Amino acid sequence: MKRGLQENEQEEGGGPSGGYQKSIKWSTKEDEEKELEQQGASWERLPQEILLHIFQYLPLLDRAYASLVCRGWNQVFHMPELWRCFEFELNQPASSYLKATHPELIKQIIKKHSNHLQYVSFKVDSSRESAEAACNILSQLVNCSLKTLGLISTARPSFMEMPKSHFISALTVVFVNSKSLSSLKIDDTPVDDPSLKVLVANNSDTLKLLKMSSCPHVSPAGIMCVADQCHGLRELALNYHLLSDELLIALSSEKHVHLEHLRIDVVSENPGQQFHTIKKSSWDAMVRHSPKFNLVMYFYLYEEEFDPFFRDEIPVTHLYFGRSVSKDVLGRVGLTCPRLVELVVCANGLRPLDEELIRIAQRCTQLSAIGLGECEVSCSAFVEFVKMCGDRLKQLSIMEEVLVPDHRYELDDIHWEVSKHLGRVWFPDMMPTW
Amino acid sequence: MVVNSVHWFRKGLRLHDNPALQEALSGADTVRCVYVLDPWFAGAANVGINRWRFLLESLEDLDNSLKKLNSRLFVVRGQPTEVFPRLFKEWNVTRLTFEYDPEPYGKERDGAIIKMAQEFGVETVVRNSYTLYHLDRIIEMNNNNPPLTFKRFQAIVSRLELPRRPLAPVSQQQMNRCLGKISENHDQLYSIPSLEELGFRTEGLPPPVWRGGESEALDRLSRYLDKNVWVANTRVKTCSLYASPTGLSPYLRFGCLSCRLLYYNLREIYMKLCKRSSPPLSLYGQLLWREFFYTAATNNPNFDRMEGNPICVQIPWDQNPEALAKWAEGRTGFPWIDAIMTQLRQEGWIHHRARHAVACFLTRGDLWISWESGMKVFEELLLDADWSVNAGSWMWLSCSAFFQQFFHCYCPVGFGRRTDPSGDYIRRYVPILKDFPNRYIYEPWNAPESLQKAANCVVGVDYPKPMINHAEGSRLNIERMKQVYQQLSHYRGLSLLASVPTIQEEAEPPMTDESQTSSGPDSPPRVLADIEAAVCLMAPDSSTSAPVPDQDNASLHQLFQDHCTSSGWPSSPASSPPQSPAPRSKPGSPSSSCPSPSASPSLLPRRRKGVAHKGRRSQRQRERSSCPMAKEEDEEERMQEEADEERMEEETAAAAQQ
Repeated sequence: MKRGLQENEQEEGGGPSGGYQKSIKWSTKEDEEKELEQQGASWERLPQEILLHIFQYLPLLDRAYASLVCRGWNQVFHMPELWRCFEFELNQPASSYLKATHPELIKQIIKKHSNHLQYVSFKVDSSRESAEAACNILSQLVNCSLKTLGLISTARPSFMEMPKSHFISALTVVFVNSKSLSSLKIDDTPVDDPSLKVLVANNSDTLKLLKMSSCPHVSPAGIMCVADQCHGLRELALNYHLLSDELLIALSSEKHVHLEHLRIDVVSENPGQQFHTIKKSSWDAMVRHSPKFNLVMYFYLYEEEFDPFFRDEIPVTHLYFGRSVSKDVLGRVGLTCPRLVELVVCANGLRPLDEELIRIAQRCTQLSAIGLGECEVSCSAFVEFVKMCGDRLKQLSIMEEVLVPDHRYELDDIHWEVSKHLGRVWFPDMMPTW
Repeated sequence: MVVNSVHWFRKGLRLHDNPALQEALSGADTVRCVYVLDPWFAGAANVGINRWRFLLESLEDLDNSLKKLNSRLFVVRGQPTEVFPRLFKEWNVTRLTFEYDPEPYGKERDGAIIKMAQEFGVETVVRNSYTLYHLDRIIEMNNNNPPLTFKRFQAIVSRLELPRRPLAPVSQQQMNRCLGKISENHDQLYSIPSLEELGFRTEGLPPPVWRGGESEALDRLSRYLDKNVWVANTRVKTCSLYASPTGLSPYLRFGCLSCRLLYYNLREIYMKLCKRSSPPLSLYGQLLWREFFYTAATNNPNFDRMEGNPICVQIPWDQNPEALAKWAEGRTGFPWIDAIMTQLRQEGWIHHRARHAVACFLTRGDLWISWESGMKVFEELLLDADWSVNAGSWMWLSCSAFFQQFFHCYCPVGFGRRTDPSGDYIRRYVPILKDFPNRYIYEPWNAPESLQKAANCVVGVDYPKPMINHAEGSRLNIERMKQVYQQLSHYRGLSLLASVPTIQEEAEPPMTDESQTSSGPDSPPRVLADIEAAVCLMAPDSSTSAPVPDQDNASLHQLFQDHCTSSGWPSSPASSPPQSPAPRSKPGSPSSSCPSPSASPSLLPRRRKGVAHKGRRSQRQRERSSCPMAKEEDEEERMQEEADEERMEEETAAAAQQ
């Protein structure tokens, strides 16, 4: 994966290390000429910096093989530059199809390179053993200073199955030792308020990104502590139950930098749950403080739980409805979401969404992406919607089977009409008849 | 010189439109029709009793038809590589004919047989009749890569000449000229095996809902093409979940029905009823989908797996045998899912919307289990499961290939309710729930306890509780999918959700101190790149020729469109009685359809087009719409341009596999 990515970047002449590449090329040329003049090109005489550069583009396994070629290459293999970024993959053969990082390699890294690690992520499968293995590694990272840490569950979240204390103690090892964490992704983990305090106490000056959706052990007070002290925080992801007026006020205080992204997951734990509301004045404060911030909201609610939402204006920019949502709520979205950029609706009831879409086209003048799943829309309303949005609709996705033909348009006309209004060729999404 | 032909039946179990069989008959002194079957080997593969029964019935029908022509079917026990040398000698064979098999496993098997025949001095004649087109021709026209979007595939097909016309059935006259001797003990040596011989228990086996064989296929075809039925089916946008007496897909799978015969019959009735010169491609909906997946798979022996499959996105699916078993046996606790899986197990066929529902539920929607596991269950149970179509459809529905939007998961409650609001489908296949009112029949766990008791079915006692919280499951899975697709963002456009922006998260390790300052966790370049990638998403699909609106006769056109793309095969409620559960099926496979691919992959994915191309193309698109004459030439140029992009894509795609 890494290799492909970098190759691609290089082809396009871009990439994060573009400047560096230039200087390398320059010196390469000189070296090459000298070498060719003197004793002809030879592999073992490749300068270390070039080898290092080459190694960077090799997948880990190839790098390891290359390191067996000679002493010089082996030295390069162990250069700190190659160990700043590492992704530990922890999978069990019984629960995953993917390969795991070899245990010997993990030992080596901890022994020789833990102090070089800066950008680290752990990908764990659904088994508890994998989560525990990740925590064991974390707790050994005592002499390193991480800049970014991501704990990523690739299937069912297995960190949640661990004893909380074990997880917390491993995580706080990193918090205490790193002191300059700028990005922390710990969605679906048992992180709690006290551990967040440790995080803040050690990394408050550097923390820019914190993602902790679905962390049930964190309370509103815990996240307030982060917001109050980490004034550089620019991106935050959490569940709705942690969102409060106080939090928004804290994030829009003068000391705080502009927030760029706020992601909120609205999930109901049990049917019929009552949700609190956020004051319009708090949102207004946020928009005044960070006029360009993205508010991304994911809703996974039963229809009847939407009552408190979209009553007042809300500065949401990206809106995702993961379950069936009523016509009424979508109608309110059109009235209350003037900053809306992207809208995804997975399903609605049995009645077409026509007027609601038209209203959204009228009121949400920033809307540039929309995806509709099981949402019936009449062909005329859909064409009208696209016509109103025009070519600002950069992404438009709807399943062919939910478009309802009417007196004005048949399904075949839709493709033509919509393409005309978008100024590019467009087709509805299809599912195979199989 | 004496010509002794053997025609080897595998798929293509029919006498009509059988070009290879015609070749066997042509100028021959004797012709023998052979089916090779290994009853011992049958136990090794994963094919259920309904599929075996369908095959055996098809063979019986074939034998009966041959009897009417004073010939017989020779079912020879064994493996092709062992059987043929024996037959070649015994029958003094000079010519071997069979239908071309486009699947990688079949190609490999046939290659070995052709080589062996050569050694015996036996001429081999292979004819294509399983697909409408020569798949290699489609691939060639797409710059030697199979098209990976259906639109693109349609665009290429629309430039091809019409498929070859179907041939007439073998006639008595033809057969008379080359009748071989049928020995007295034919039935002893070459009879069609029974299910018992294959090791299945048949006590209590209910009568088949789908009876195999060419005769049945042709009966169904004529019912299907009956003018009144046809119009009625197309007018109402019905979506019957039940087996239809005019359903054809299993017959296409076993070749009891020629796809070309169906093609030309559809074309004819359309032109008769609609008085149009050229029917839209959508008329042939399912036939083209089949062709599409065959084209994608023909050169990819790993098409049925994630590993080593260059068109398949590597997704970290969970391995969870218990959950898989619950799904496969219809014990998920979601009546919609359980009813579908029960129908599949009992009858061997489910509607394509039902396939979508259970496939999504197993994979990206709820259980996060690999599509390969689901594909294997379908391979066992689904009568019309073709290797290519089955794997391809599973990849499609699990968003593993073919560039699907992944934001939309079918809800195991809502989707069922939309499809069959009455819930009668549930009552038929999960009868324990029959007394639940409509309001709760798709979500019985939400019914008040008193109601559950009154309905004689307490959830958690008489019927399982839902095995997963759908809201929570789909929330997690959407995140997982985003992770996967965000990693691929450099190869092609993102899906809707994945384009939700974020600040730079994990920086690549900077190489030098200078660059360290500029590419720290918050540097802008990657953000821009991501946004750019996101913008690419909706760049036009490769396949798009200028939209040609069909102005006239729109409403009938619509009928056909509905018929073929929305509701699939025609549907009228089946009248077959409720089935009792079939005996647990036993693994086994007809020797002709057991894939064991091993060659190296050669397919490469296509990517969505970049911003620049989009701009250029949309400009041309506008020009095109005002200047229809330029269309043809422009199309050529555009396809060339895409081919170039695809070549560029090849390397990155290969790298994506790392």
